[in-house]
Amino acid sequence: MPDFTSEFWSWYVAVPTVLGLVFCVILLWTNSTSKDITDKEETMGHVWDGDLEEYNNPLPKWWLNLFYITLVFAAVYLVLFPGLGSFAGTLGWSSTGRYDKEVSDAEASFAPLYESYLATPVDQLAQNGDAMGTARRIYSNNCATCHGSDARGATGFPNLRDHEWLYGGDETAIKATLHNGRKAAMPAWIGVLGEKGIDEVSEYVYSLSREPVNPQYLEAGQQKFQTMCAACHGQDAKGNLALGAPNLTDNVWLYGGSLGAIKESLVKGRNGIMPAFNEQLNESQIHLLVAYLNSIGDPKGQ
Amino acid sequence: MNAISSEVYNYKVVRQFALVTILWGIVGMLVGVLIAAQLVWPALNLDTPWLTFGRLRPLHTNAVVFAFGGSALFATSYYVVQRTCHTALALPALASFTFWGWQVVILSAAITLPLGITSSKEYAELEWPIDILIAVVWVSYAVVFFGTIVKRKVKHIYVANWFFGAFIITVAILHIFNSLAIPVGMLKSYSIYAGVQDAMVQWWYGHNAVGFFLTAGFLGIMYYFIPKQANRPIYSYRLSVVHFWALIFTYIWAGPHHLHYTALPDWAQSVGMVFSLVLLAPSWGGMINGIMTLSGAWHKLRTDPILKFLIVSVSFYGMSTFEGPMMSIKTVNALSHYTDWTIGHVHSGALGWVGMVSIGALYYLIPRLYDREIYSVRLIEVHFWMTTIGIVLYITAMWIAGIMQGLMWRAVNEDGTLIYSFVEAVDAMQPYYFVRFLGGAIYLGGMLLMAYNVAKTIGSAKPATAPVLSPAH
Repeated sequence: MPDFTSEFWSWYVAVPTVLGLVFCVILLWTNSTSKDITDKEETMGHVWDGDLEEYNNPLPKWWLNLFYITLVFAAVYLVLFPGLGSFAGTLGWSSTGRYDKEVSDAEASFAPLYESYLATPVDQLAQNGDAMGTARRIYSNNCATCHGSDARGATGFPNLRDHEWLYGGDETAIKATLHNGRKAAMPAWIGVLGEKGIDEVSEYVYSLSREPVNPQYLEAGQQKFQTMCAACHGQDAKGNLALGAPNLTDNVWLYGGSLGAIKESLVKGRNGIMPAFNEQLNESQIHLLVAYLNSIGDPKGQ
Repeated sequence: MNAISSEVYNYKVVRQFALVTILWGIVGMLVGVLIAAQLVWPALNLDTPWLTFGRLRPLHTNAVVFAFGGSALFATSYYVVQRTCHTALALPALASFTFWGWQVVILSAAITLPLGITSSKEYAELEWPIDILIAVVWVSYAVVFFGTIVKRKVKHIYVANWFFGAFIITVAILHIFNSLAIPVGMLKSYSIYAGVQDAMVQWWYGHNAVGFFLTAGFLGIMYYFIPKQANRPIYSYRLSVVHFWALIFTYIWAGPHHLHYTALPDWAQSVGMVFSLVLLAPSWGGMINGIMTLSGAWHKLRTDPILKFLIVSVSFYGMSTFEGPMMSIKTVNALSHYTDWTIGHVHSGALGWVGMVSIGALYYLIPRLYDREIYSVRLIEVHFWMTTIGIVLYITAMWIAGIMQGLMWRAVNEDGTLIYSFVEAVDAMQPYYFVRFLGGAIYLGGMLLMAYNVAKTIGSAKPATAPVLSPAH
């Protein structure tokens, strides 16, 4: 009896529900059987606003029967299904029970297929057209919202085709990402660096992949980078897969590579979140997704 | 009936509400057409926060339901209660306050909603200071209305007033209890309800806003204006008694059908569904009484466009009150819920029933309030056809779109994966969203025609004064 804190509330629901239906029956019965129904051509004798009058035709038979049918349906339904307080209904139906059954039926019928997929190594699975069709649909319904239908990502959402991996691109790493999610932890640096420091460091980071714009900042920027940023991004600025700290030398940018975008990352920090999918997707579906990412990876890394 | 007293009906407040009904109708529907266009061409939000769909959609619903529909109800109920009680409106100063108070509510909504100030409860988005003003205006409305009933000169209370009365009382209760909130600032409050209780109270309110605001109130309009325009007695007093009590009793239970297959307990979902089905016959009682009142006078439909508006509105009422119970069945709801079918259903009720009965009543009222003929009956006829074509385009587009969405969302491959990703279902909607936009634009065009016709009618006319009729004996 989880819906009610005491038996009282169960009765509080059941009794008025039944009385409500009984009220409708009495209302219909008393108004369709009494003898004082006037002749069709006579009005009730009341006149309002000059000419407003009322006939008193009997309740139409078909309408009356329609009303009774819905009342009978209501009574039968409330015997069969949960409705009268904590009375569960004689069919034992519940929405969660129905859901659980549909899910377990589905899982049972799809299990052999998915088990065979799970037993196939990822690189072989990536060659299997049927499996990749299934994987693409899993991708479309779970991943495309952020990473795009073409898996090329968007600002703030990594491109999954370019072989640039924040947390590693081997099977184990991708599975860990899908299972548990990831949370980036680039702190906001404005408090530590100040505006001048931000200008210097962003210039240095910019120069790692392109010609510098304001070379006068480079030296100070490099110095500050080595003190503050190298812990995560590395002395060579090539990043650290274990921390999800991106490689800053390859001109691939999650939040944009303009000087302005780099400054914004430094000033405000970045805390991108990849949600955990271990409750939505089973092991086999995750396995299929890894194979799918392998199959779509762009060899040119574009 | 020939005996005429020196007292005159209070037509001023009726005129005020009648004219703003047309104004707010045009404004609310214009916003509706704009957001319908945004769904076809998303760039139309012009990258401006206060023009985005999420802010304009509540503005649209509030404007058409409470500004347009509300003003129509104020106008007609104030007119009907005086005429059928054979007495002028009680407390004229308070009646005038309800007009200006209601306009302040509408303007506050028009300012706060686009700014993103919202309680986020559907159809009850306005923040707490406006909610308090609504409650004050509404209680004043009740005092004026029931005050007039109390000083009536006839013994029997006419059926239209039962429906207006039930609507006024219930809306007060719904509004006050659903809006209970703890303010944390002038423009922000948090509902006192949380989680599934909040959802249930919200849909108890939401569904009965439909049931009492948009149904009982407008049935009050129907019960006066159809027999008046058709010049025929109401078909059955007995039917009006039975369907009145059954309707107002049953509606209150139906809210949970908005929460099928959610965290709401199964028993509440079942009770909501069962009473929604029981609601079919009581709803149709009103339709029968409206349409059968015309029996023996069907020929009038050929020549009288006002009667066309009124009778077609009742037909749409019958259609949507059949569709509603069907959609409340859990199995049907599993397909229809969260789709545009719901939007289509609401608009067959809103554009068809509420809109058309209000328009018909206004065309009846305006000439009487200004004591002259309408400028052009032909334009009413054109308005009628624009309205009908607009509705048909709108609701068929939404039926197709809604059922298509429901089917696409649930379509599953043999490997258990969904056939369509969500965005593919969105993409498939575009042609239907265009047809919906077109339907809405045509309906709005009809409203502009009405504004022109009414402006030409009242032009330089002096407002009418009508002496109170003595009751017939």
